[in-house]
Amino acid sequence: MNGVHDMGGMQGFGRVMPELDEPLFHAPWESRAMAVTVAMGASGQWNIDLARSARESLPPAIYMSSSYYEIWIRALEQLTIERGMVTASELSSGHMQDPPRTVTRILKLDTVDAALAAGSPTLREATSPARFALGQLVRARNIHPQGHTRLPRYVRGHTGKVVMVHGAHVYPDSHVGRSQPPFNTHAEWLYTVVFDGPELWGDAADPQVQVSVDAWEPYLEAVL
Amino acid sequence: MSDHHHHTHGPNEPSHLSDMDVRVRALETLLTRKGYVDPAALDRIIEIYETEVGPHNGARVVAKAWSEPTFHDWLLQDATAAIASLGYSGRQGEHMVAVANTPEVHNMVVCTLCSCYPWPILGLPPVWYKSAAYRAKAVMDPRGVLADFGVTLPEQITFRVWDSTAEVRYLVLPMRPLGTEHLDEEQLAMRVTRNSMIGTGLALTELA
Repeated sequence: MNGVHDMGGMQGFGRVMPELDEPLFHAPWESRAMAVTVAMGASGQWNIDLARSARESLPPAIYMSSSYYEIWIRALEQLTIERGMVTASELSSGHMQDPPRTVTRILKLDTVDAALAAGSPTLREATSPARFALGQLVRARNIHPQGHTRLPRYVRGHTGKVVMVHGAHVYPDSHVGRSQPPFNTHAEWLYTVVFDGPELWGDAADPQVQVSVDAWEPYLEAVL
Repeated sequence: MSDHHHHTHGPNEPSHLSDMDVRVRALETLLTRKGYVDPAALDRIIEIYETEVGPHNGARVVAKAWSEPTFHDWLLQDATAAIASLGYSGRQGEHMVAVANTPEVHNMVVCTLCSCYPWPILGLPPVWYKSAAYRAKAVMDPRGVLADFGVTLPEQITFRVWDSTAEVRYLVLPMRPLGTEHLDEEQLAMRVTRNSMIGTGLALTELA
């Protein structure tokens, strides 16, 4: 989706504002928001791409005016409501009205360390040979999917070079295809493709800049 | 009497924070009552990122790479395995790649689409990393971003920006500061800043 989350190359946000001696959390609720998001992610009722899709699908004005942890919480509310795990009325009242749904997993204290240390690797066995090779010129396709995608707008239609081949990884665009488990974990070859600054931003751009994205095979086409 | 309850609040001012406080509390309470989350697990997650997992992990990786040529080469060949050998692995660092700065090339890491960041070695991302300004500007004007951080590099340097659009997470291996030949790994790690491992800063030539 061509959403406001796809920010590469947007202008008008001003300078980057690093904060001196930035605290890890700026309010106690931020730490709870982080932890509850991580813990609920482990419930197995959605996957990382469904979570990203929920964040990207917030109303644009809300997305732009929210802090990142607020975006996480708003998306978490949506994810749990959509699956019938909570209701909007329960969220506004804070009281449980409906019995809980069965979930794949509940992250208990004694499994936290192991779960975080394991993570969720996305590398899968490839089922077909890689279509592109190291050093090959490829073009990012000029596509505008309505749903979740990880091909940023600023590279679409532009030509770059394959500099890394990462194996086959779960493909985000189809990972969101089923909203409940079992998820579609179809994998596609993943490449790092590097673009020259002027190819992306025009002749006036800094020729000393190179930018890469990690792009799945369906995002790319051969340059003949 | 203070009139702070009556003046007009902007979107990021205290009333907003307290709205979020109420909202997150309500959500956590509800999810706990439903049995979906274990509050003790939440406490442990916070404790891990407050006290155990942070940029000091990455600094140890970098210091070892500066000190041991075999580890340096391993890190650049297979960062996931090299980093895991120091005990750092998992969530948001499942597939690691390390990229080395040189006198010719300066690397910078961004996630233009969201907030992807190598948690096992850097911990939770700072606010600026997730900000619209950084996500928008890093891929178009990395030299300008570095200037925002008060850092200037020679004109002829190539800026190499890595947009983390998949589950690969990037660690910048900063250049070892001159005059640190006599330092051991522990001392070297103190010269490695978080920003130097993202590419918005350099390793410290001296300690403040």
